[in-house]
Amino acid sequence: MTQKQLPEEFYPLLEELQATDFVLVELTLYLDTHPHDQAAIQQFNEFAHYRHQLKLRVEEYYGPLQQYGNSYSATPWNWNDSPWPWQI
Amino acid sequence: MKKAGISMKEFTQRKYYTPYISPFDPCPPIRVKSYETPPNLYLGFQPYHLPQFTPREALYHGTLWPALFSPYSNPYERGDDQ
Amino acid sequence: MWFYEKKLQYPVRVKECNPMLAKFLIEQYGGADGELSAALRYLNQRYSIPDKVVGLLTDIGTEEFAHLEMIATMIYKLTKDLTGEQMREAGLGGRYTDHDNGLFYENTDRTPWTAAYVQAKGDPIADLYEDIAAEEKARATYQWIINMSDDPWINDSLKFLREREVVHSQRFREAVEIIKEDQNTKKVF
Repeated sequence: MTQKQLPEEFYPLLEELQATDFVLVELTLYLDTHPHDQAAIQQFNEFAHYRHQLKLRVEEYYGPLQQYGNSYSATPWNWNDSPWPWQI
Repeated sequence: MKKAGISMKEFTQRKYYTPYISPFDPCPPIRVKSYETPPNLYLGFQPYHLPQFTPREALYHGTLWPALFSPYSNPYERGDDQ
Repeated sequence: MWFYEKKLQYPVRVKECNPMLAKFLIEQYGGADGELSAALRYLNQRYSIPDKVVGLLTDIGTEEFAHLEMIATMIYKLTKDLTGEQMREAGLGGRYTDHDNGLFYENTDRTPWTAAYVQAKGDPIADLYEDIAAEEKARATYQWIINMSDDPWINDSLKFLREREVVHSQRFREAVEIIKEDQNTKKVF
């Protein structure tokens, strides 16, 4: 296994994805108990759209974030490339 | 269920009590003890349209809504329990 | 079905090599009020609760696995480069004997995780009150660990996890309000 060193610009990008996804987690739980809050639903959909774009940018540095077909693979198969999240 | 628009500043997030101190207690007494009373005890059903943190602020506060934020630090270092 | 995402929910940083802290953090990995118990408790309760709150149990249960990975990350970083002797000095000799530096679902006193930690009464109110209590207990555990830890970076992550317990408790309280409302009026045919 090759030791992949992540460039410095990767870390703020990951942080932005974490912040964006955190808003989505919070809105998800909120909407589970507030299913008729139209403003929150609109905000949720806007963030969902943005996170989709952000995910692609993070994956350019890091490789696939999900598998089972939710991310594309390079050749060779790069899902198993280090570092894993707890190693970063 | 509380109505939307109610002020969220009507409570404190920490309460105090003074345990009984016996002259026969072996350790130096902690005269004041604190305990946490986080916002979920007061908010009721969360109203629509509460103010939000920015995404980055939300991540580092652990919640999207300031009304649900519950700051915590070591009470012995804070000087609350003494 | 579930999908794993190859990132932490929150950036975990550890300032100092401190194996003693790992010993305490294990409580939230495989202890009664830990993240594994929480995840399995909520996901298991989904099968005997009104549909209106199944989504909430699913989503909070799923988030708990992200918290489990954060705790694992802290323990991993705190212990990965320790020798047997250093583990012994930190009071982790028993753990090292059994697992080397591997993680295991047990509490700080090495009691293995047990399904008895996961309550499921099959009664929606009993189960949701159980969940509210579980969140408050986990919040308290994070407070006690913060009180013993002087690693500012670990404490930052622990404060995040503590706040999540507050938010989850809020949502479970709302779930109780939802299922006690008029939908439960008996239909007469």
